[in-house]
Amino acid sequence: MKQQFSSSFFTLLSALFMSLLLSGCGSSESNVAEGNRTGILHWGNGTEPQSLDPHVATGVPEHHIIVALMEGLVHKNSKTLEPEPGVAKSWTVSDDGRVYTFELRDDARWSNGDVHNAHDFVWSWSRALQPALGNLYAYMYFPIVNAHEFYKGEITDFEQVGVKALDDLTLQITLKNPTPYFLQLLDHYSMYPVHQATIEKFGRADERGTRWTYQGNFVGNGPFKLKTWEINRAIEVERNTFFYGNDEVKLNGIVFYPTENVTTEERMFRAEQLHYTNDVPIDKVQTYRDANDPALKVVPYLGTYYYRINVREPHLQDKRVRRALGMTIDREQLTEHVLKAGQIPAYAMTPPNTRGYYPPVSLSFDPEAARQLLADAGYPNGEGFPVTEILYNTNEGHRKMAVAIQQMWREHLNIEVTLLNQEWKVYLDSESSGDYQISRAGWIGDYVDPNNFLDMFLCDGGNNRTGWCNEEYDRLILEVAPTAKTHEERLAVFTQAETMLMDDLPVLPIYTYTTKHLVHPSLKNLANNIMDMQRYTEIYLEGEED
Amino acid sequence: MSTNEVTLTAEKGTSLWEDAWIKLRKNKLALVGLGLLVSLCVISLLTPWIAPYGYEEQNLLMGATPPSAEHWLGTDIFGRDMLTRIMWGGRVSLMVGFIATAVALAIGVIYGAVAGYVGGRVDMVMMRLVDILYALPFMIFIILLMVVFGRNLLLLFFAIGAVEWLTMARIVRGQVMSLRKQEFVEAAHSLGLSQWIIIRRHIIPNTLGPVIVYTTLTIPSVMLLEAFLSFLGLGIQPPQSSWGLLINYGVETMEEYPWLLIFPGVALSLTLFALNFLGDGLRDALDPRTSKD
Amino acid sequence: MFKFALGRLLQAIPVLLVVITMTFLLVHSAPGGPFSADKAVPEAVLVALEAQYNLDQPLWQQYFSYLGDVLRGDLGPSFKYPGRDVNELIMSGLGTTAELGFYAMMVAIFIGVIAGVTASMRPNTMQDYVPMTAAMIGICMPSFLLGPLLVLIFGIHLEWLPVSGWNEIPGDKILPAITLGTGYAAYIARLSRGGMLEVLSQDYIRTARAKGLSEFLIIGKHALRGGLIPVVAFLGPAFAGLLGGSFVVETIFQIPGLGRFYVQAAFNRDYTMILGTTVFFATLIILFNLLSDMLAIWLNPKLRQQVRGDS
Repeated sequence: MKQQFSSSFFTLLSALFMSLLLSGCGSSESNVAEGNRTGILHWGNGTEPQSLDPHVATGVPEHHIIVALMEGLVHKNSKTLEPEPGVAKSWTVSDDGRVYTFELRDDARWSNGDVHNAHDFVWSWSRALQPALGNLYAYMYFPIVNAHEFYKGEITDFEQVGVKALDDLTLQITLKNPTPYFLQLLDHYSMYPVHQATIEKFGRADERGTRWTYQGNFVGNGPFKLKTWEINRAIEVERNTFFYGNDEVKLNGIVFYPTENVTTEERMFRAEQLHYTNDVPIDKVQTYRDANDPALKVVPYLGTYYYRINVREPHLQDKRVRRALGMTIDREQLTEHVLKAGQIPAYAMTPPNTRGYYPPVSLSFDPEAARQLLADAGYPNGEGFPVTEILYNTNEGHRKMAVAIQQMWREHLNIEVTLLNQEWKVYLDSESSGDYQISRAGWIGDYVDPNNFLDMFLCDGGNNRTGWCNEEYDRLILEVAPTAKTHEERLAVFTQAETMLMDDLPVLPIYTYTTKHLVHPSLKNLANNIMDMQRYTEIYLEGEED
Repeated sequence: MSTNEVTLTAEKGTSLWEDAWIKLRKNKLALVGLGLLVSLCVISLLTPWIAPYGYEEQNLLMGATPPSAEHWLGTDIFGRDMLTRIMWGGRVSLMVGFIATAVALAIGVIYGAVAGYVGGRVDMVMMRLVDILYALPFMIFIILLMVVFGRNLLLLFFAIGAVEWLTMARIVRGQVMSLRKQEFVEAAHSLGLSQWIIIRRHIIPNTLGPVIVYTTLTIPSVMLLEAFLSFLGLGIQPPQSSWGLLINYGVETMEEYPWLLIFPGVALSLTLFALNFLGDGLRDALDPRTSKD
Repeated sequence: MFKFALGRLLQAIPVLLVVITMTFLLVHSAPGGPFSADKAVPEAVLVALEAQYNLDQPLWQQYFSYLGDVLRGDLGPSFKYPGRDVNELIMSGLGTTAELGFYAMMVAIFIGVIAGVTASMRPNTMQDYVPMTAAMIGICMPSFLLGPLLVLIFGIHLEWLPVSGWNEIPGDKILPAITLGTGYAAYIARLSRGGMLEVLSQDYIRTARAKGLSEFLIIGKHALRGGLIPVVAFLGPAFAGLLGGSFVVETIFQIPGLGRFYVQAAFNRDYTMILGTTVFFATLIILFNLLSDMLAIWLNPKLRQQVRGDS
């Protein structure tokens, strides 16, 4: 019996091995080919989404999926980024700019056929502002009267918040101050409506992380509905036939892949498993460029890559030191030779042409002047300058930048700089608790307006984290800008504020982001806007042309 | 067989070590491995003086260039000389390999020797502990340790050493136990020699064989482990570099700049080969069953 | 045999306890809590979140309530994925990783044993050197090097095989299984060669040869069982190693397995996920070691005597 063991063992083994090899046989139509045929888009989405609950989620990968499943009162035009009707078919603004009245579509429906109207919005927003829910984007609501107070728990009656359903199809919103960018906020997913019956079926309204977003449960008001959600594998959405604009939607479905590893994603693209990638490995950008490959799409992005300086550190308190640091970063070299993906050197915090705003520029690459400043501050030729540490979150790109900048400071200022990388969570904690000297940071705009970039640095701004505080700056941003009479006047106030910021330099802007994607030629009508925002109702797949 | 003309020469007795050395000399591969290893160690030690460029010297305008007269092994994307990077990387990799193994060695040998020699209940408890630890998912713990406490070199040594000492302890214990039962130990004991002298003069020298072999074979797996951790982002941190890290970077740009992968890859592979062949050779050489005759 | 197995299982309990405790302490002493976020988290929200997940309780209290949960089989909610349980996440990744490990093991055994046995048939000839050198290369080549290389050649240039995924596209299991299994194939090749050489030098083999039995029969019927004992003994540690190796392979090939979950959880400080996965892996390893030991005993009559004698 024991002898038969080895032979039967081997037979079994061989059989299994053969089955492994034979598993390679079968239909070999690529995802792209199949997708073009069936109208299914295969989209590389970066990381696995934490949550698809629009009032709980916080990331960009979540955004891409949520906007397929849901819609807000308005959405942005994919070319101009101006607000266009969404669930609301029209709106009026009062003369003092504080009261917005929206007329909703009468053919708006949820993906299960339920009628969708103004009451949904009132309920949804009351839910979104429940303190226990922990909505990290609640600040989007704060322009609304009493929204902040409700969120903090200071008032508990939502009736007092400036949102009312005047009737089934009319929604009225009252703001504290005229907020010129308010319409843009409405396009952010944290202000999307949610289906009350579904949420309440799976738990309390303010209960975080219930099962209502899962496969089979999700109900939304967007062009697509959730078909499957296999964690770490793929999320598939299919056409929502109840969507009011369904007739114009060309795609039949989208499959979102959690492509964390950007190198693997690029290989998937080349193997025609994806139509669209989330990102492109830095070292491959040049190759695609050199080959003039139209698959590579590089578009400016509304975001700034910068270094925070902890102004509480003794040797970094002197503005001259900070300016010296800022003036010895050769941004041209960095964007040309290290990043190589069309990024633009940034000499101010707000990206240029943010709704017509061009930031004032007072910073430049000037090592000589920098050395003089450093000497004036008491460190001639870098002598006596304490060893300073650059903190960044673990990432190849950040590492490259930090290494290059470390070298530049050594070369031009003769100072010693060390590097420390931590992973994301630890890094965030270090930054929030002020446990750093210089730290890499990036800020992507939530809406297109300079305010979004400048209000970070208010004295008690949660995203400030530098310890910098200037009361005049606060006054300009919080009081003067909102009450400006015209857009130009407002921009002028921002210019004033940003001049102060750039003079004191608690942050060192480095470059303006670009987004880079690999796009299969069969995917048509993509938008090139600075928010990297695609409208799934506009893009479509064409049969492959060989 | 004709036995008419046979000359008998008195055979000189050889100790285990001399015997081993003779056998080892015959093993060409092992010798090559030894030679390679020694040269690598020498180069690593001398690196601060003989490296052609500064470790940190970067030249962003140049970027990655293939091998040339100024840069024999090319440059990386920062324009840093690859030969220099590989030499310094080798220092780190070999250091990790040797030190982590030394840690494992120290712990394992002492632990195993104590357990094997004392025997009885103490041995049973100690070996149970080893069995328990064997069951632990070590990769997981290392990842956790590195994630929790940050990535510093010392912790890396400790973490790797903590994984590898177990097998060493088992080997040593086994060896010590079988030796203890041997007659010559009993004889020494009955002659009145102290425990300590017995251990020092008889047990340890005879245990050294397998220990040396296993040590030589542990170093390569330690180096590979470091490379794995670097892949996950948990190993050596820049600006320091190791072969594992260099290979990881090289893999990313495998198609555009193959030399960034080939040279560190060859360096690591050669070292691993050398160590493995040497270890195999030592194992064969020290095996009493295959004598030189 | 039964007593042996029972004894080992009982021993496993203190082991698991140690594992849970160590992991718990490690995880909770980590800097960077699970709720750190890029956008500043308001104090009140943080407090509410921590209360919901019991993080505001004293450590020892958290520990004991966790133990209680584990005993009931409830590994808790994931911190990173609100609404998902650790059990659910483990289950979703388990099948995949188990399959991957299984196929890799098969590749390893199949290639390794054949290579090793072939080499042992004619020691110190080309039939020996070639497989053994290949084995050496296999050992020295890390999977994060082999994987991308294979993908480049077979996936992109030749376009024979898919470059990512598991169970999504026909043939996507082949490259990951080979990548993961190669290192172990190499080890198994060396072990089986060594084991076979020892067995083949035994007297009873010489007798069989003298009797005129064919080489093939000798190896298949007589030598293999004894020669493969070291391989069987290696299976336990090999399995543990495969689990570890799966982290890398799953990342390279984008496979939604438990290994990838674990690495993500560690980086995300998803406390319960880390704890749950560690406990799970430890249990698996213990079980597998037990199985492989039992297999070794069954194959080796000498050991069987020992076991019977002890118990």
